[in-house]
Amino acid sequence: MLEIAIKGSKSYWLWIVFLLAVMGAGAFVYIDQYMNGLMITGMSRDVSWGFYIANFTFLVGVAAGGVMVVIPYYLHNYEKFHRITILGEFLAVASLVMCLLFIVVDLGQPTRVLNILLYPSPGSMLFYDMLVLNGYLFLNIVVGWKMLEAERNQVEPVWWTKPLVYLSIPFAIGIHTVTAYLYCGLPGRGYWLTAILAPRFLASAFAAGPAFLIILCYLIKKFTKFDPGWEAIQTLAKIVCWAIIANLFFFLCEVFVVFYSGIPSHEAHLTYLLFGYHGYNALVPWMWTALILMFTGAVFLIIPKLRNNKTLLPITCGMIVIGAWIDKGLGMISGGFVPSPLHHVTEYAPTGKEIIITLAVYATGFLILTILFKLATQVKEEVNG
Amino acid sequence: MMKKSRRSFLKVAGIAAIGLGAAPAMNFASTNAAHPVKSKNQTALTAHRWGMVIDTNKVTEQVVEHVMEACHKAHNVPDFNHEVDEEKFPNTRPVNHKQELKWIWEEHFKYAFPDKEDEFLAEKFLDLPFLVTCNHCKNAPCVQACPTQATFKREDGIVLMDYHRCIGCRFCMAACPFGARSFNFRDPRPFIEEISPGFPTRTKGVVEKCNLCSERLAKGELPHCVEASEGAITVGDLEDPESEVRALLNENYTIRRKQSLGTEPSVYYVM
Amino acid sequence: MTKNIILTGLGIFVLAVLSPFWFNMVTTTQAKPSPELLGKAKTEKKCVLDKYDMRANHMSLLDEWRDSVVRDADRMYTSANGKSFNMSLSTGENSCLGCHEDKAKFCDSCHTYASVRPYCWDCHTNPKEIE
Repeated sequence: MLEIAIKGSKSYWLWIVFLLAVMGAGAFVYIDQYMNGLMITGMSRDVSWGFYIANFTFLVGVAAGGVMVVIPYYLHNYEKFHRITILGEFLAVASLVMCLLFIVVDLGQPTRVLNILLYPSPGSMLFYDMLVLNGYLFLNIVVGWKMLEAERNQVEPVWWTKPLVYLSIPFAIGIHTVTAYLYCGLPGRGYWLTAILAPRFLASAFAAGPAFLIILCYLIKKFTKFDPGWEAIQTLAKIVCWAIIANLFFFLCEVFVVFYSGIPSHEAHLTYLLFGYHGYNALVPWMWTALILMFTGAVFLIIPKLRNNKTLLPITCGMIVIGAWIDKGLGMISGGFVPSPLHHVTEYAPTGKEIIITLAVYATGFLILTILFKLATQVKEEVNG
Repeated sequence: MMKKSRRSFLKVAGIAAIGLGAAPAMNFASTNAAHPVKSKNQTALTAHRWGMVIDTNKVTEQVVEHVMEACHKAHNVPDFNHEVDEEKFPNTRPVNHKQELKWIWEEHFKYAFPDKEDEFLAEKFLDLPFLVTCNHCKNAPCVQACPTQATFKREDGIVLMDYHRCIGCRFCMAACPFGARSFNFRDPRPFIEEISPGFPTRTKGVVEKCNLCSERLAKGELPHCVEASEGAITVGDLEDPESEVRALLNENYTIRRKQSLGTEPSVYYVM
Repeated sequence: MTKNIILTGLGIFVLAVLSPFWFNMVTTTQAKPSPELLGKAKTEKKCVLDKYDMRANHMSLLDEWRDSVVRDADRMYTSANGKSFNMSLSTGENSCLGCHEDKAKFCDSCHTYASVRPYCWDCHTNPKEIE
């Protein structure tokens, strides 16, 4: 099937070359990081995780969000999703590859990464995160590929793909739950130490993932002859709607508990994010932007007239993706580290080099996504047309 | 048929390659399994659970300075204020002081004990220097977090790091409620004024922290901070009722940092 | 027809695979290293293991030692030949470098020849190199 990927229009190749160029630039900067260490980043003794881990967390969500098309189709036989399940699965694959890359670029000693397997530590949440992330990646590659192959050959998929699909559902929930557990099991970090973190992560994942998928569907419709179907997009939009409302609600619960109880070690972080703390307020405009974007997005999706507006929908989805990215990426990680456990305030901002490496990881993901989506849409064109 | 035989050939070849790789290690294991014995030095100081008592009445600015210097020098902890020798380390990039490293340092009361911050705190405590370091917690969150057991709890209670094994994921830094850990964002060597031969330096990309001078305990010597502290710091066995630290805990009112988190720090402060 | 092409291809492949040998034939080969025993090591004669065992397995031994020292706090090693050693690369009289006094002529001579770059010295220090 891969031969499909090497035949394409001029714009297809331009896009590929552009992605490769970004990857190249990132690889170049990464050599600097590899030789000189993480000193090239904006991270510090107090804020020891930054942009890489933030994007990792966000993308785990996008990967988990793929399950929102799998569940209706496979568990409830919702036929309208037949055409887009494969897109959800392939989006998960690309996101997971990005997640793993973000972990690797964040390591101080990347050549020793296999120590995680050589000295397995069942007490560490990172160990389980590695298991579920790789497991979910494997499941999606196998299932996506086998399904597409079967569709191309116009036969029923092999029998064992079905149980793998069912297995992938708990794995999808699992990747984001375990990723939340990385943070919420740490005793000294008041912002993360909350039982609602995993549900909140899942809610924002089920909003950001499908919202991104809607945008991708629009792009597919524009650039290929394959039509994912307006009804499927409409259903996705409703899923995004309820998920983003749940996310906002969970955030509100968090805000209430933190400010009403007034426990300083919990309150300080949210104060820093929403209003600034002891004069430090780098993230305040970002957080309010995120909240406004997510809230407006939710309103636009609730009102049927606005949700059904074909021009407005991709914009709404874009707002939700960006809002979730700021909230979960920037806010969640920096917010947890500021103030530090000793209540010193050290602010964080990524450096240019950090951003270039980050963009290169995204370019790698988009390259994989482009190729996989090209396969999927072409096969569907062949079959339908 | 062709396909199948190629497959089985590759399988056999693969297994053979693994065998070749493992052979040296297995030879080694088989030839030497019998006799050699590993043991502790006879002079080594041992304990069931090492702990530290810091008498805040005896900690002055001068003591703090001496303790920090003794510890950081002996363990080759880099000092970002040190002027780099351009000849030995040409083209060293400027430092980011937020990426500094420290094993033991000074904090004011409200930072050392943020949960005990008090509006009407006795004035004498306001500017008093408090020495803070790794607490060698009984239930150490960093040990739990480490995905490679590079941070581990030794039998005698010391929370130690295996710098050979650390992958630099910094999960332990997120886990530590005391900010006791530092990460080598860069090669530390240009910032070590004089390398102390008794202890290795670190490489870039690993986390480090206080090791309660385990290399000195092994030789029967007390930690550097104890020696430099003019009696302010005492180290001993918390589980031994006859030990000096237990006597101090018996006679004085002591507090620990963030006790409510349940990590059971092994460092006590006499107030 | 295809047979010829395949055979030529195979021939080129074999030639390419053996390129290190061709390279060595046309360039002057560096003499094989002869690590020197100097100072204490010269008079001592007996190391932890016998010479050939040591040559083949010192890395595994060092690996075992570092785990023992760092993780189990056992720092003394009494070897099969009855001698005891301080399990340390470079600290003290009874360590590796305490006896093999010249790192350059002992460790490095072989490592350089074999193009092996152990990262021991990224952290550990040779007491002789600290001025």
